[in-house]
Order: sequence, then structure tokens, then C-alpha cells
Amino acid sequence: MTTPLAEVASSTSTLRAFLHGLPGVDRVGADARAAMLGTRSIKTTAKKQAIDMAIGMVDLTTLEGADTPGKVRAMCAKAVRPDPSDPTVPRVAAVCVYPDLVATAVEALRGSGVKVASVATSFPSGRSSLDVKVAETRLAVAAGAAEIDMVIDRGAFLAGDYLKVYEEIAATKEACGDSHLKVILETGELATYDNVRRASWLAMIAGADFIKTSTGKVSPAATLPVTLVMLEAVRDFLAATGRKVGVKPAGGIRTTKDAIKYLVLVNETAGPDWLHPDWFRLGASSLLNDLLMQRQKMATGRYAGPDYFTLD
Amino acid sequence: MFEYAPAPESRDIVDIRPSYGLFINGEWVEPQSEERHKTVNPATEEVLAEVAWAGEADVDRAVQAAAKAFPVWSALPGAERAKYLFRIARIIQERSRELAVLETLDNGKPIRESRDVDLPLVAAHFFYYAGWADKLAYAGFGPDPRPLGVAGQVIPWNFPLLMLAWKIAPALACGNTVVLKPAETTPLTALAFADICRQADLPPGVVNIVTGAGATGAALVNHPGVDKVAFTGSTEVGRLIARGLAGTRKKLTLELGGKAANIVFEDAPLDQAVEGIVNGIFFNQGHVCCAGSRLLVQESIADELLEALKRRLGTLRLGDPLDKNTDIGAINSAEQLAKIRELSEAGEAEGAERWSPPCPIPDRGYWFPPTVFTGVAQSHRIAREEIFGPVLSVLTFRTPAEAVEKANNTPYGLSAGVWTEKGSLMLWMASRLRAGVVWSNTFNRFDPASPFGGYKESGYGREGGRHGLEAYLAV
Repeated sequence: MTTPLAEVASSTSTLRAFLHGLPGVDRVGADARAAMLGTRSIKTTAKKQAIDMAIGMVDLTTLEGADTPGKVRAMCAKAVRPDPSDPTVPRVAAVCVYPDLVATAVEALRGSGVKVASVATSFPSGRSSLDVKVAETRLAVAAGAAEIDMVIDRGAFLAGDYLKVYEEIAATKEACGDSHLKVILETGELATYDNVRRASWLAMIAGADFIKTSTGKVSPAATLPVTLVMLEAVRDFLAATGRKVGVKPAGGIRTTKDAIKYLVLVNETAGPDWLHPDWFRLGASSLLNDLLMQRQKMATGRYAGPDYFTLD
Repeated sequence: MFEYAPAPESRDIVDIRPSYGLFINGEWVEPQSEERHKTVNPATEEVLAEVAWAGEADVDRAVQAAAKAFPVWSALPGAERAKYLFRIARIIQERSRELAVLETLDNGKPIRESRDVDLPLVAAHFFYYAGWADKLAYAGFGPDPRPLGVAGQVIPWNFPLLMLAWKIAPALACGNTVVLKPAETTPLTALAFADICRQADLPPGVVNIVTGAGATGAALVNHPGVDKVAFTGSTEVGRLIARGLAGTRKKLTLELGGKAANIVFEDAPLDQAVEGIVNGIFFNQGHVCCAGSRLLVQESIADELLEALKRRLGTLRLGDPLDKNTDIGAINSAEQLAKIRELSEAGEAEGAERWSPPCPIPDRGYWFPPTVFTGVAQSHRIAREEIFGPVLSVLTFRTPAEAVEKANNTPYGLSAGVWTEKGSLMLWMASRLRAGVVWSNTFNRFDPASPFGGYKESGYGREGGRHGLEAYLAV
């Protein structure tokens, strides 16, 4: 497979020259733009539409050491039918689990249309050898994962060893085969928006199908301005290469209000073409219940208590 | 598609009277002048209220009231004057939603701007100068700087309440009393401010509000009892005032027009520069004296930047100013709309290329779509004259020296913007641009602590900051 712009990855120096030649990001301006879009008022029919759109974009996630097959099966049931009392609620986009639980999730979701995503490459730190990372990716793909959420080597990235990061992503992409690759930048560790933009382009050049903000294990996780910078990157990458890449903010998105802000950001940055689960996902766990609660409130005019929504 | 449903801010919160008198000596009084005019909502042409146009006798009455209040007000300890200003600032914050809706109704600006920009700045300005009132001895104007007396203040229609704050807050902090004339198309927030003065128990005569048009303003600035004149508005009227005041003892500050250059270098943070261009010229429908109406873009990135700018303009939302998602509101008046149209037609006739995003225009009211002219030459009228509307003229340059030359080649000198990630270039540019404000990687940012004012035909004197005190002190 030939990747667009692959020639810039022919050496560390060409890669560095390219990434450092991207326009800079002014932090104050990016923050102000994201904050302004956060003031958009999404009400009535638009809110209804946004809630269903957001539910359909959720990657329902459990990434705990204490995860069990039972917990994963329960989460899968919820992914397919988020609100047992209301069949009009759309299913979520995917569930996201550790590699050893992929088989359980695949079994539970067979025929449902909900995809199984697995983290891999020594999630969340990414601190292992390339062989181990590739092997882990193969393991998850073999177990049936349709999507792989890999982490980049932030140590190498921050040290300026862009070629190493590129090669890891490219190798993981190859190990994915037909499965989609989401590349987690862990923006909370990249420190600057310039780095977020460079890491986004690096991942896309190396073959990412999606770029994802965070593991959820580092604070800050997803923020609006970081997602703004990534949405600008996928928009510009499409214009430059003709290849469309998706975006997934993950971690820290807990309320319907937050989720809607992200949808507005997509709508007015990358454009409405990205408002589809194929191109935009929300990595979250507790968000789903708030979406369900707000959805029910829109329908009935009343809030039901939290005990009316399942805790899976 | 993701269409935003209408999200109008409720107008129930404002209580507009059918008719207003003048606010003189702490009271609402009936004018002697019988002239009355209607103020309309420019977005719908709906009549909002009828206001008096004060005549010479009315202005005289207001100046007398201010003169009578001056000895007592100026003799108050600064800390006492500060109490009133702090109180006014807090009332403005408490009533900010009401004032924002009122401003949007009368002016046509989007509620998002009156709510998130105008009102917070209005309150901040009063808070800021309240803080100075008891510290004037430390402002660098001598151990005991004295106020001037009665300030006659004439303000424009683009930021009605904010311009009122810029005028009244420093005047009062320094111990002056005030007669203020708001613009004829946007008197309502100034009249609401009169109510706030009463609510704050401000002593009678310290603030007087007389409504009217040019004749009222002329009567005010030429009144012999006025000691200080402050005017914000067009260069044309500013010139008239300066001529009229020449040779008198009156102290004068003028904040007039502009034709600011927004200069984008090839190493600029591109996405933020696009936002800065949009904010520079489409903020408040371009009704901004310091608007970045001339975009100077380095040749090497001109195509890329213009493409990004046009894409961004496609997302601007023009329409009902009270809708919380509106980006571009209505043009303030039929007269202003005619002027914008005339200059835009001149731009086309002179050979510049005109572009606007697809943008439905409401049937009623005064509207003008965001407009970009490319292929503009320095000699075109749209590159030289202040349009005061949502119209951007794009020019290119090759070298920093050429950018400076073009930016300074205007009779105005109010503001400029520079976009580059290179600090040394930024400083090189800032020291050569003849403009009162040079924004670095931003545009149209205001703060009460920062002085604002122009070079050349953009006026003289500074408003805001420590510098802004000087205009209201005998120094």
C-alpha cells in the first residue's frame, strides 16, 4: 500500500522538515475559537438530532485492570440496546476493550452492527519494543477486533525521533490488515498545540484511519482546543492528499452538553461530512447515560433519576 | 446536515417605554424642543421608541445642571466617587442580560457579541476607573491633579454602551461632571444608563443624557459652559469640532475613523490568522473604527490564505441578531447601508473582484453580506476610505518593508494587526507601524487597562488605561 506523502518519511530530516514546516498554532487564538464555538446554543430539534448523533458515535469503553468477561458482556448488551425501555435509541458505534477481552466482545456483539475496538501496542504508555507491539496488535486482530486503538511513543516524539514514531505506526497499520487503525496521540503529554498538529500529520502520513486524542489515563484528556487542532489537521490532510481521516476525542467527555460542543466543533471546522460514526467518535463510558437521560427528558419533559439508567 | 434550530434570546427582559424625555439633573424632563424622532430595530425596521431631539435650550439646561453639580462632585474624596462607580459597575453586571438585549435590539449587533464582548467590557471599564478615583495622585500627573469641569461627550452608534463607558467612567473618576449625547440611531442603552445612575443614587447633575442628532451634538460641544469635549465618530465631524473649538480654552480629544491593515506573514499561525481576519472585519458587521479593513497578505501564501478565509466565511451565520447563534447582525441604519453599497459598487467599478459567501438575506431590515474584494490596489477607494461595514479589501506584499509602507500609506492610523510566529519580525513591524494599537497575533482585543487612540486623522488623545485619565485632568 502506498500512503500519500510517504516520500516525506524517507528520513528523519525530511520528516522533521515537513512537520516543522506546517503552520504554527497560536494557543490564545485556538483557545478563543474553541471557546466561542462552545457558546453555540443547540436547542429543541437540533438538540434531539445531536443527542442521537452522539449516541451513534460513542465508543463505549472499559479499560480497567478489574475488567471481567461478565462486565464486557454487560457493556456489549448496553451498546446494542442502550435504553432497554426505548427501542428507538440508536446503538453505539463500537465497544473498546483490552485485547484479552476482544473475543468475549466479538461473541456478544455478533450480528449487532456494533464494532469491537481493542487497544494495543502496550496501552497506555506505549513503552515496549516494536515486536511486542506488533504481536499484540496481531493478537487483537486475530481475536476479531475491527478497530485497533494504538498509542504512539511519546518519548520518541518529544525527543524529535519522528521516524521511529512513523515506523511504529506504519508497522502497526500493516499488522492491522483490514482492521481500522486509530492512533492515540496522548495530547496531554504533547504539551503544545504545535506538537498536536505535528503528531496528527505524522500519524496520518503513516497510515492512521483515525487520530485520537487520549488514552483516558492521562490528564488532561480530550479538550475542545486540542480537538479543534486535530479537526483542522484532518481537513487539511484531505485537501492535500484526497484521503479522509477520522477524529476521536476520548476521556473527560461526560455530559451531553460537552458532547454537543464537540459536534459543533466538527460541524464548523472539518465540516458536516465528518458528522458520521465512520469519521467521528466519542471515546467515553459515563457519557452514554447522560445522553440517555437528556434524550428521555426531551421526550417526556421530565428528568428520570440516575437509577433508571443501567450502570454497565 | 446538522442545522441549528432557532435559539432566540427572549426580549421580555427589556422594558422599553414608548417615549423618552431627557435626563437632566437626575430627573426625566420634558424637552423644550418639540422635535421627536423614532428609533428603530435595524433588523426588522420595527419602531422601538420615540426620543426627543434636544435643542439649544435643552442642552443649556443640561450643561447648567452639570456645572452646578461639579463643585460638590469634584470635592468628594476620590474614595467616595469610587463607591458610586463601583456601584454602577455592579448594577451593570446585574442587569447585563437586559442591557445586552436592549443593545442588540437598538443597534442590530448579534446578542453573542453584546453579551460576551460589549457588556463585560462596559462593566470592566467602570470597575477599572473606579479603582483610579482615589489614586489620582499616583497617576503621574502631579500630587493633586484637578478635574476640568463639565465634559461634553458625543458618542457613536457602533458600541453605544461601551463608548458611553469609555467616556463617562474616566470623567467621573477624575471628578468631572458629564453631559453625554448618544447617537440618534442608538439612544436606548444610554437612556437605560440614566436609570442606572438613579439606581446607584448618583448625585443629581453628575451625569446628564441629552438625545438628538448632529445639531444637538453641535450645541453641546460649542456650549460655552463646557470645559472639555470628547468625541468618537467620523473624521469629517471630528474636523468640524476641532475647527469650532480652535482658540477656545476647551480641552479636546477625538477618536475618529480608521483603515487598519491586518498584515499576515507567510509564517503566521494560519488558522488563527483566518479567525483574526474574520474577527477584524466582520465583528460587529465591520462597524468598528479600528476594524482590520485592509488585509495585507504575503504573496507566497495569498492563495492558500484566501481559500481558507473563503471556506471560513461560508460558515458565518447571518440573521436575527437576537438568535444566540448569529455571527453577523444587521447594518445599523439605512443611511449606513447606502454608504456601504456605494463604496462596494465603487470597488467593482474600479476593477477589484468582489466575492461573498452564499448567504440568504432577510426580507426586512438593513443587511449586507460579508464581502471580500481581491485584486485591490492602494489607489482604489475601497483601500483608502473607511467603509464601516463588513467589507474586506485584500492586498498583497512581498517584503516586510513593503508591508509597512502599504500599511502606513493612509491618512488614518488607529490600529494594525501583525501575524507572524517570528518574534523579531513582530517587534520590527510594531516599531514601524504608525498606529495607536498594534495587535500581535490577534485583532480587536480590548481591555480597560490598555490605552486606545489614533495617529494622524484617526484623532488625538487616548482613552483607557492610565493614559486615559489625562484627558479629564488639568495637566
